[in-house]
Amino acid sequence: MPNTQQLEEFISQVRRDILRQVHKVNSGHPGGSLGCAEFFTALYQEIMEHNSNFNMHGEGEDLFFLSNGHISPVFYSVLARSGYFPVEELSTFRLIDSRLQGHPTTHEGLPGVRIASGSLGQGMSVAIGAALSKKLNKDSRLVYTLHGDGELQEGQNWEAIMYAAGNKVDNLISTIDLNGQQIDGSTENVLPMGDLKAKFEAFGWEVLEIAEGNNILKVIEGLNEAKSRTGKGKPVCILMTTEMGHGVDFMMYSHKWHGVAPNDEQLETALAQNPETLGDY
Amino acid sequence: MKKYTNTGNKDTRSGFGAGLTELGKTNENVVALCADLTGSLKMDDFKNNHPERFFQIGIAEANMIGIAAGMTIGGKIPFTGTFANFSTGRVYDQIRQSVAYSDKNVKICASHAGVTLGEDGATHQILEDLGLMKMLPGMTVINTCDFNQTKAATLAIADHEGPVYLRFGRPKVANFTAEDQNFEIGKAVVLSEGNDVTIIATGHLVWEALQAAEQLEAKGISAEVINIHTIKPLDEEAILTSVKKTGCVVTAEEHNFLGGLGESVARTLSMNHPAPQEFVATMDTFGESGTPEQLMAKYGLNAEAIVNAAEKVKNRK
Repeated sequence: MPNTQQLEEFISQVRRDILRQVHKVNSGHPGGSLGCAEFFTALYQEIMEHNSNFNMHGEGEDLFFLSNGHISPVFYSVLARSGYFPVEELSTFRLIDSRLQGHPTTHEGLPGVRIASGSLGQGMSVAIGAALSKKLNKDSRLVYTLHGDGELQEGQNWEAIMYAAGNKVDNLISTIDLNGQQIDGSTENVLPMGDLKAKFEAFGWEVLEIAEGNNILKVIEGLNEAKSRTGKGKPVCILMTTEMGHGVDFMMYSHKWHGVAPNDEQLETALAQNPETLGDY
Repeated sequence: MKKYTNTGNKDTRSGFGAGLTELGKTNENVVALCADLTGSLKMDDFKNNHPERFFQIGIAEANMIGIAAGMTIGGKIPFTGTFANFSTGRVYDQIRQSVAYSDKNVKICASHAGVTLGEDGATHQILEDLGLMKMLPGMTVINTCDFNQTKAATLAIADHEGPVYLRFGRPKVANFTAEDQNFEIGKAVVLSEGNDVTIIATGHLVWEALQAAEQLEAKGISAEVINIHTIKPLDEEAILTSVKKTGCVVTAEEHNFLGGLGESVARTLSMNHPAPQEFVATMDTFGESGTPEQLMAKYGLNAEAIVNAAEKVKNRK
């Protein structure tokens, strides 16, 4: 059994890191980052076999690709707190000469990042390539991805979804963050995407759902279930429902905090709701 | 001037195919991806000999570029194959973010470049690809002139760490460079020495430049012919050495004069040694249907156009 208390403490600290990163530079994307704190914590603390002594090729390791790169604050926090780079470096987020660019990149050599992302819709293709490379190398480890739900409006995803099923890329677990929001409003209002479960299934994927994407135990349970379905001829999709801005009451239930940083007063309120557990950087 | 012999017309895309076949035998990390144009790209041998390392992506070029980028993780050396138009303009952002900005060791191999694609017309005849690719930081851009050189370049780029755009074409053209040549990325080749005018050519225009130099010789004009197979990084030293001697230059390429080889040469000269220059290139226009020869003539991309440009530029000295 996972140690729930430890994980909750980790998540609380990650939320603080997210808020403090975006507050300092008055830019960045807190909403989606907060909503995915449980997912990243589950992946890096419980699910993946990975080595924080970073090697780009990641042979013998599970790999993760973040396709919706704008939620970099949660990615950076979890990488740092999983040992990839010093947590103090989080204070350089979005500053000049930093390895922590607005959107993740390999270009500045930040350990833990294997592809640049930010221009949406490219991550699944890259992950398929890495998964094929693993198969050629007889490496039985898995490849994980995360995508925004709005991101699925990009057509390249559907090229990738079609390819992965048609070519039995069954060492791939792609999670869709169903927070129902995008910059201009709810996905229902911007561009309704219909029944995503039916769509992935129609393309030939194994699909499972995590209804409570902000419940760490449910996320771990869902990811373990997904793992058990790999290696059987189908790529695996997780439709994970989350709440954008989760953990900060005034940031929830709205798309408003997609790309807006809290002011000083809002930061104080938000931090009070997420106690310092592992030490602020 | 030094004479070159055409050992028989061959298409440059077949040079790519031959190089890929050889890489299949010699480099087990080489993998090939194709977007439903295996025959056109001459990738059949590789596909048949190494089915486990050949990936048919379907008509989905964006996905192909992304998959290629991902395959480098784990040490593969992916060669993607489709037409130049679909290798660049269609997937510019995928190349920009997932390949160039991500420093991935992907070889983007592009056939049917330029107007010599012929009858299919302007939808398929990209004349902007060199410009698109050379603007990307870190991208190496190569445009080979014949079968032998395309084969040699295909082998060479496998050993080069970093993203490469390799451009070649469809028509059968003179094959005149050495079969056993050592292809050095970024190194210009002086094909023939001369004193009155420098002709810097790339791709299909290199053979035309040699024909032009012969015609100029008959008119008493001594032309130096340089084959610039690598547009980026550009061999500035070779260009400057030659132009300092001749005092003027003609650039020749099957590409728009905006953004192509000519502009790279002009920048080099303006920064180091300003000199008169004439451009043999398409002049900010789309192509159209026709035979390769008809199109080369209509758009001023042949020996005759180079001769005219050389005479003009010589008078501007």
